[in-house]
Amino acid sequence: MEANVKPVITVRNLDLSYDDYAVMNNLNFSVKKGEIFIVMGGSGCGKSTLLKVLIGLKEPEKGEVLYDGINFWEQDEPTQQKIMRRFGVLYQGGALWSSFTLGENIALPLQLYSALSPAQIKEVVELKLALVGLSGYADFYPSEISGGMCKRAALARAIALDPDIIFFDEPSAGLDPLSARMLDDLILQLKDTLGATIVVVTHELASIFAVGDNAALLDTETKSVIAIGSPKDLLANSSDPRVIQFLTRGERQATPAGKEFKL
Amino acid sequence: MLAKISFEYPVTGTLRVKLSGNWQIHAALPAENEVISELASHKEVTEITFDASGVDGWGSGLVSFLFHLIRDCERKNIQVSHQGLPQGVEKLLTLALRVHTRLIPQKVTHAPFLERVGDKALQVGASALTLLDFLGELTVAFGRLISGKAYFRRDEFITIVQKCGANALWLVSLISVLVGIILAFIGAIQLKLFGAQIFVADIVGIAMIRVMGAVMTGIIMSGRTGASFAAELGLMQVNEEIDALKTLGISPVEFLVMPRVLALVIMMPLLTLYADFMGIAGGFFISTSVLDLNPVEYWQHTQSAVRLANLWVGLTHSFVFGIIIAVSGCLRGIKCARSAEALGEATTSAVVSAITSIVIATAIITFICQVLGV
Repeated sequence: MEANVKPVITVRNLDLSYDDYAVMNNLNFSVKKGEIFIVMGGSGCGKSTLLKVLIGLKEPEKGEVLYDGINFWEQDEPTQQKIMRRFGVLYQGGALWSSFTLGENIALPLQLYSALSPAQIKEVVELKLALVGLSGYADFYPSEISGGMCKRAALARAIALDPDIIFFDEPSAGLDPLSARMLDDLILQLKDTLGATIVVVTHELASIFAVGDNAALLDTETKSVIAIGSPKDLLANSSDPRVIQFLTRGERQATPAGKEFKL
Repeated sequence: MLAKISFEYPVTGTLRVKLSGNWQIHAALPAENEVISELASHKEVTEITFDASGVDGWGSGLVSFLFHLIRDCERKNIQVSHQGLPQGVEKLLTLALRVHTRLIPQKVTHAPFLERVGDKALQVGASALTLLDFLGELTVAFGRLISGKAYFRRDEFITIVQKCGANALWLVSLISVLVGIILAFIGAIQLKLFGAQIFVADIVGIAMIRVMGAVMTGIIMSGRTGASFAAELGLMQVNEEIDALKTLGISPVEFLVMPRVLALVIMMPLLTLYADFMGIAGGFFISTSVLDLNPVEYWQHTQSAVRLANLWVGLTHSFVFGIIIAVSGCLRGIKCARSAEALGEATTSAVVSAITSIVIATAIITFICQVLGV
């Protein structure tokens, strides 16, 4: 990645806590245009909360989230909405609206925010479904298809408005290895074809190495970013034992002997 | 053979605990107190060893016994040697006793009484603000609907109307007919004393149309539709469907709540009219068949007793109840937390708050009618 590419997302000194329990502690990182950025870390490290702050669902206590230099949480609601319209979000469970067919799910954002005619919307819906490999499923309800298909349909909805930033929350959660791989391939294709900036929140090592250009590792104990860089570089060059342990599933031990028990 | 413990002192300062018998979890187990009292009477002991050669079988019973004993000895600075224990037990113990480096968040234990009272008061204040906020959003949504800016799906609206209207007819019929019958019987017993049984028609007619039809329909709809709204929206919250709406810049109140409130506000007065009719029919049936009243006379009495004002009072009730049921169901659903337990709580509190509010609203409307002389 070239060094002079401007960051699309910049996170500065982000803090958040529930009562007295910190869930994000002074987070700092930036995501460059057109890259796939991974937010990784063990369970309970604050990944999902960070995602909520990034997509505008939860206000942080302190710190800034800048989109192309604009401080999101300082804007008035209409401006925030305008920025949010640049986002596509794939939720962990898909979050398709259950009373809508797949086609209606994808059509809704188009009906609200595009100037297309109903016939054109139908065509775009078919295209988006074809992109995720679900041609012909427009009239199915989410309850009538499998979990993996729901996720792909949700991805079709997330890219309905050709967003320039796409967020993925645990994309491979609950999927079999082949479906997870297929979703990783889709992420890579989206980056190449749409030129979108992609943020993936995950702890799946296979996905991290398969798609990540850059990554930030959140630490479960300190709730802060302990490493930033390309996942492969981090694995090869990091001297932090926590980073190596995470990226090797604890197989390469860096802690003093005997501290961790192995059966 | 029962689990047993015995003690040996091979060297001064070393206690050997001999374990024998069956140490499985379904067998009766000795308490670790035996060892602790042995240690209390022998203060010179600095090390404990085990001899488990006599153990016939073991499970979590033995591991749990040893786990607590070892922790206790650690506090007293007594060395515990794991040698002599079955290999599996040793592994499980090491697993359970390994150092937990992860920070454990502080769990809120029992707060002092005053703090709890304060917390509750703040919660009440916060929930009042939430309700006001919600009602504000709902008003804005209706404003957008009237000005034609709101997103409104006609098909979905009709489905909701059908679910909370037509599909409730059987239940409303059954309850209303029975309420009419009950009113007729209660009235008849008293009026018979004065030979004025025909006034049953007046009682049934006025009671049903003025208040009972609306209240009974309100209670039925709280349990039926209010609960279903709360569960439906609550599950959407759990599945992140509501978050997905918010990120698209769609107000969940406009998209989900407004059509439900509108549907119920339209259907409640219609259902109430239907319930009034069914209640009067129930009273009529019992009075003419069991109480031997003249049908024509009964009908004339009903006509002369029930004034149009009674009908308006009844319909006002039902309109207010419609808002109460839909708002409490949708509010509880949309504010539901992300767990199965929270979903249950949301549904329960939707029904409870709707029924409580209905009773309070009835009292207030009755009082206002009294003051106005309606």
